[in-house]
Amino acid sequence: MPGKFNPTKLLQAFQNRTPLGFKQLKHDRLRLLTAIAGITFADVLIFMQLGFSDALYKTNTQFPRQIQTDLVVLSSEAENFGRLRTFSRRRLYQALDVQGVDHADALYIATKEWKNPQTREKKSMLLIGQNPARPAFTLPEVNENLEKIKLPNHVLFDRAARGEYQEAIAQVDAGELVTTEVGLQTVSVVGLFEVGASFASDGAIITSDQNFLRLFPRKEAGVVSMGLIQLEAGADAEQVRANLSTHLADDVQVFTHEEYVDFEVDDIKSDSPIGFVFGLGSVMGFIVGVVIVYQVLSTDVNSHLAEYATFKAMGYRNSYLLGVVFEEALILSLLGFFPSLLVALGAYQLTARATALAISMPASRALIVFMLTLLMCNVSGAIATRRLQSADPADIF
Amino acid sequence: MKTSTAISTAIRVQHLDHFFGSGRLRKQALFDINLEIQAGEIVIMTGPSGSGKTTLLTLIGGLRSAQSGSLNVVGHEITDASESELVLARRDNGYIFQAHNLHQSLSAVENVQMGLEVQGNMTKAERYKIATEMLEKVGLGDHTTYYPADLSGGQKQRVAIARALVSQPKIVLADEPTAALDKQSGRDVVEIMHDLAKQQGCTILLVTHDNRILDIADRIVYMEDGRLAAQPEFAEAG
Ligand SMILES: Nc1ncnc2c1ncn2[C@@H]1O[C@H](COP(=O)(O)OP(=O)(O)OP(=O)(O)O)[C@@H](O)[C@H]1O
Ligand SMILES: [Mg+2]
Repeated sequence: MPGKFNPTKLLQAFQNRTPLGFKQLKHDRLRLLTAIAGITFADVLIFMQLGFSDALYKTNTQFPRQIQTDLVVLSSEAENFGRLRTFSRRRLYQALDVQGVDHADALYIATKEWKNPQTREKKSMLLIGQNPARPAFTLPEVNENLEKIKLPNHVLFDRAARGEYQEAIAQVDAGELVTTEVGLQTVSVVGLFEVGASFASDGAIITSDQNFLRLFPRKEAGVVSMGLIQLEAGADAEQVRANLSTHLADDVQVFTHEEYVDFEVDDIKSDSPIGFVFGLGSVMGFIVGVVIVYQVLSTDVNSHLAEYATFKAMGYRNSYLLGVVFEEALILSLLGFFPSLLVALGAYQLTARATALAISMPASRALIVFMLTLLMCNVSGAIATRRLQSADPADIF
Repeated sequence: MKTSTAISTAIRVQHLDHFFGSGRLRKQALFDINLEIQAGEIVIMTGPSGSGKTTLLTLIGGLRSAQSGSLNVVGHEITDASESELVLARRDNGYIFQAHNLHQSLSAVENVQMGLEVQGNMTKAERYKIATEMLEKVGLGDHTTYYPADLSGGQKQRVAIARALVSQPKIVLADEPTAALDKQSGRDVVEIMHDLAKQQGCTILLVTHDNRILDIADRIVYMEDGRLAAQPEFAEAG
């Protein structure tokens, strides 16, 4: 083994050495298969947990991400898009006094039961009331239909909502009139947009602020869920946000759009147990992997102790035998990771189809899981090598 | 004559004691051992079970570190040697054990190559060529790709001999190499060892209970209760 790092020499040394770890693994096929299956299982577990938690963050922040605004005003008690609490519309009028603010619109958001037009089943839906005079979301299909939702009880529906809506969606697409009930009132679905289900809601309905208040007779126009503030051209968003914070009373808070998306993601990460559960799930997968690989590697070291002791007697150093164990760890991580990637891709597709959750495989996640696999196998290898100490060359005669 | 003897001394043991355990369990296994073996000599060590033969062999082989006295093996001072120095000393020795201790996942020729790889001075192709020739010399030229599980006891021991001798060690240490073999294969194995060692000019120290192989020795030493003596009847005969 060369002392100084010298790539060509190292490569030569590598090519020159007997691939003992590989030969040992190859010799015991059953042990090899156990190890590969264990690592694949652990990796798929981690892939699913990471996939779900990522989908969780993304899908639960779809609407926050799609809001078309410079600044966001929220109640100081707001938790997340589904639980925004409310504040007085007066705060938005007051906001107009601050320099740089061009205009301020209110958004009304609440959850309400509606009847699935196709199955007549009652489902809870997120209802969003916006000012139809201006786009509130970066959703082209909504913005093209703002005129339609000015009409009484005319609403737009999320075509990616979870549930059996295919026929109803086809009818809307074909221009047919689709009606159903929200609470006690009849509404017409006159258009579609696409956002998708989240863990919190199956889907959403967008309509005008007037229609929203009609569907919630007990709610007042002066009590709003969110304020969308557009700035004059050239205004510094951060500066105006700071001014608004001091100008407005403490019952509201002001964010830039980016800060608001982070606020939503942080809420899921910290407050909801789901983020923790998926984190825990990944850690569990990792531990399962470590345990399985450790079992396999330590059994392997154990069953070769006499041979290792012989190698030591022949003059091999301890580091050579460590190298054998880590060679095995490396081979196992490669052989375990790639099947898990394939299985995970398949499982992602199945999940996406079954739950309408946006679950995808970014290259960064594959890389992270591969790194975790390397770590998993090497941690196990490191624990397993402790047994090498008991290979005493003096004991073999 | 005197100088040449000094130069060609392969193993020199002086006033060597060895203890196992510590405290109240401390037990002396070797008492004041003095032994000098010349280069090229074949020495057989016999003696009753538990007399300390294996202990002396492991000390000479650098498999444990010597505690007191002086122990010099082909230029390596084993007494108080560091682990790293012991590792280097071991590379000059070939070992043959009662159990063959071949690596189960490696074929015969790969096992023999392991005896060369540790020297770190040959390419894979060179190692393969020399290992194959060595297997031919022990009569296993047509078994090079066999795994240990597919070889007989005598064949395995011959592979082990090939592995021990392939790097042309200055010293071969063997501990009851024939114990697990039947009469004929035992005899074959010892003769192969003897012939190869004579060709390569290496020194052999062989522990055995097997009276049938005593005739290959240049000299026989006798161990009893941790003390070394010339064996009575041979001493008389000589
Ligand atoms: N690792 C050890 N720890 C403690 N005592 C030991 C150890 N190895 C050997 N002994 C003791 O040292 C003494 C000499 O043992 P050794 O193995 O050298 O005998 P031997 O001559 O090789 O016997 P045999 O012919 O049966 O192989 C014995 O009394 C044995 O019990
Ligand atoms: Mg013994």
